[in-house]
Amino acid sequence: MKNLKYLIIVIILFNFSMLQAQDLHNKITKNLRCLICQGQSVYDSDSEFANSLKLLVRNKLNEGQNEKQIYAYLKNRYGEWITYDPEFDKNTYFLWLLPILMFLIGGAIIFKRFIIRKN
Amino acid sequence: MKNKILPIILIVIFLLIFVIFYYGLRNSNIYIPKTNIEKVIPSFEVKLFGSKKKINSEKIFKDDKYYLLNIWASWCIPCRDEHSFLMNLRNQKNIDIIGLNYKDDNLNAKKFLEELGSPYKTILSDTDGLISIEWGAYGVPETFLIYKKKIIKKIIGPLNENSLSDIKSLIE
Repeated sequence: MKNLKYLIIVIILFNFSMLQAQDLHNKITKNLRCLICQGQSVYDSDSEFANSLKLLVRNKLNEGQNEKQIYAYLKNRYGEWITYDPEFDKNTYFLWLLPILMFLIGGAIIFKRFIIRKN
Repeated sequence: MKNKILPIILIVIFLLIFVIFYYGLRNSNIYIPKTNIEKVIPSFEVKLFGSKKKINSEKIFKDDKYYLLNIWASWCIPCRDEHSFLMNLRNQKNIDIIGLNYKDDNLNAKKFLEELGSPYKTILSDTDGLISIEWGAYGVPETFLIYKKKIIKKIIGPLNENSLSDIKSLIE
């Protein structure tokens, strides 16, 4: 009876870890652009290229590599275009900072209009 | 005072948007992979075609010679078209053509080579596509020109007259 309990715990833990690994695998392949398809991620595509990439991501995860290492590996081979998330560099400063800038300006306007005027 | 600030802000915003669109729209938004980057070739273990023997890539690519790595498959129609160009290159002295058989059936690949002739000095086998990814390849056919363990030219898609003469002028 006691052994059975342990067995069940082990099975549950095993399933849980498998599920997590699958989640990470899906997350990574959803963020990878299938370079030879039109408007599809590697996750969505069933092309030869995408299938190989899925296998590669799975192998790398099994080897214990993390998300960043896998992206770095692929960017080194295919360029930055392979990921959907643009990197933060001199070409994309504006892209990343503009929303924050607009938020701050908006905040300043609200502050000026409503809070300072009240006093 | 307030009347002056508003037009200035409007002009600044207008200029900003103009500049962004001017540069944004001038760039082509069609993705073209870079084809003449000098990259060091990857190192990997690979199966030889038609046997179970594995070989290290370092043993294939030596320093003093030009190599042409051609990724092909018997199911790939454009590979048939480019085959005559590869056969043409086979007779060149200072270049070795290495084939990488991509996700192919062994029998079909053998038939393909019997029918059209083999331009390859060595044929490697890439059954799951992982070695092609190691090279940064997109699919079949794709060709890499290698010298001193560096990729000096990459041709995506089938070879044609132009790329053949490019390769010939590079290796002379």
